[in-house]
Amino acid sequence: MKNKALPNTADVVIIGGGVSGCSIAWNLAKQGQKNIVVIEREYLTSGATGRCGAGVRQQWATKANCILAKQSVEFFEQAQAILEYDGDVEFKQEGYLIVSSTPEETAQFKKNVRLQNSLGIPSKLLTKAEAKQIVPHLNTDVIDAATFCGTDGHLNPFTMTDAYYKAAKRLGVSFYTYTTVEDIDVKNGAIHAVKTNKGTIKTDVVVNAAGGWAKEIGEMAGVDIPVFSENHEILVTEPVEKMQGPMVISFSHNIYCQQTPHGAFIMGRGDKNMPKGHDVSSSWTFLDDMSKTVTTLLPPIGELRVIRQWGGLYNISPDHQPIISDAKDVKGFYMACGFSGHGFMLAPMTGLLLSELILGKTPSLPMEDMALDRFEGKEITEFETSVV
Amino acid sequence: MDPNNVIICRCSDVSLQDLYDLFEEGYTTFEELKRIKRVGMGPCQANTCGKMVQWEIAKYFNKPLASVEFHNMRPFTMGVKLNAIKEAADDEE
Repeated sequence: MKNKALPNTADVVIIGGGVSGCSIAWNLAKQGQKNIVVIEREYLTSGATGRCGAGVRQQWATKANCILAKQSVEFFEQAQAILEYDGDVEFKQEGYLIVSSTPEETAQFKKNVRLQNSLGIPSKLLTKAEAKQIVPHLNTDVIDAATFCGTDGHLNPFTMTDAYYKAAKRLGVSFYTYTTVEDIDVKNGAIHAVKTNKGTIKTDVVVNAAGGWAKEIGEMAGVDIPVFSENHEILVTEPVEKMQGPMVISFSHNIYCQQTPHGAFIMGRGDKNMPKGHDVSSSWTFLDDMSKTVTTLLPPIGELRVIRQWGGLYNISPDHQPIISDAKDVKGFYMACGFSGHGFMLAPMTGLLLSELILGKTPSLPMEDMALDRFEGKEITEFETSVV
Repeated sequence: MDPNNVIICRCSDVSLQDLYDLFEEGYTTFEELKRIKRVGMGPCQANTCGKMVQWEIAKYFNKPLASVEFHNMRPFTMGVKLNAIKEAADDEE
């Protein structure tokens, strides 16, 4: 894919070869859009997609996130067949167990479950004892209660993106990896061209799916996107026999931890003192904090050996909900960014909604809660709280 | 020899034919191969297969070996138990 020369023109240029960019490309092509080009500065999944925790959940605290996640899960259940993929996307639906530490947090969880159930998400509130039945090695002394949704689970970010990539390629989409966007030409308030280190492509439509660099891509087109990026660290252990079905999460302990189908445990947490920026380096403090947290909440995991650690960027919006939108001031500029750490699991709906917007169709869902202009002149009062 | 029977990565059970298939699909760097097929991500962390993968990329694309980038090495160089990290962290406090 990297020996071809860049085309001089395209109908749509998608910036970013993560799961969102690949999903948008496939969704556009499937609806008949021709001459689609995807530009990626490194290789597919080299950004946040390939660095994420590989979790898929529907247990959110805002309506928009719940609906996007639920409909994305419905796609993931069929993804292998729909995309005619010859590999394995490793979708394992053994649930997410979200534990609370205090009665106050449990009260918030009760609200969340009511919202989720009203939207058709089969989550439920569990007692400590019930939680322990699902994850026997859970230390219930440090939790108050839990919620569980059995259709949440694990999905392989690399093969899921590969599935979109191959399906999009079969429909004629061109991918250019190791190609960096350097500038975006805007003429008379409309997209005119994309300049890269390998040449310039004339186009009327640009899609910003640049993940951690979404703000910078927006600036190239003169569009101010109120997002910032932040390093979130993660580690993986040696693979072992299966001992944990669901992902275990705690917002107050600041951890998510799951065993992948391959056998390795993946776990990550955020750091309140992390500076904004594009650094994705690994730190000792993360290891120290993570080892304490995981051995407190899931004690037997302490016996597992860590074999790798890394970091990846959350691209964070003011309300922790994605921005899937056009730009009112620049015709032909579209964006899917600000996912705040959960872009991977929403990719099917990101691709569907943004492609419908680009093609001028009526979107499958109301998109006011995802529009860029929702932040204009407004104070953010409601925001997603269920983020690690 | 049938490339299906040539095992490149023992930890993740990846054959030479698996690499050829990925090359044909457009994945041409070590980083890409490792993400799709887990080449070099097992317990040996590419200490066994690393050079072979590099060599096969060079041969397939007719590039000098020195121009084929090795994969990105991440910490750790060897596995360490989480309990051991916790104990060390507790000792420092």
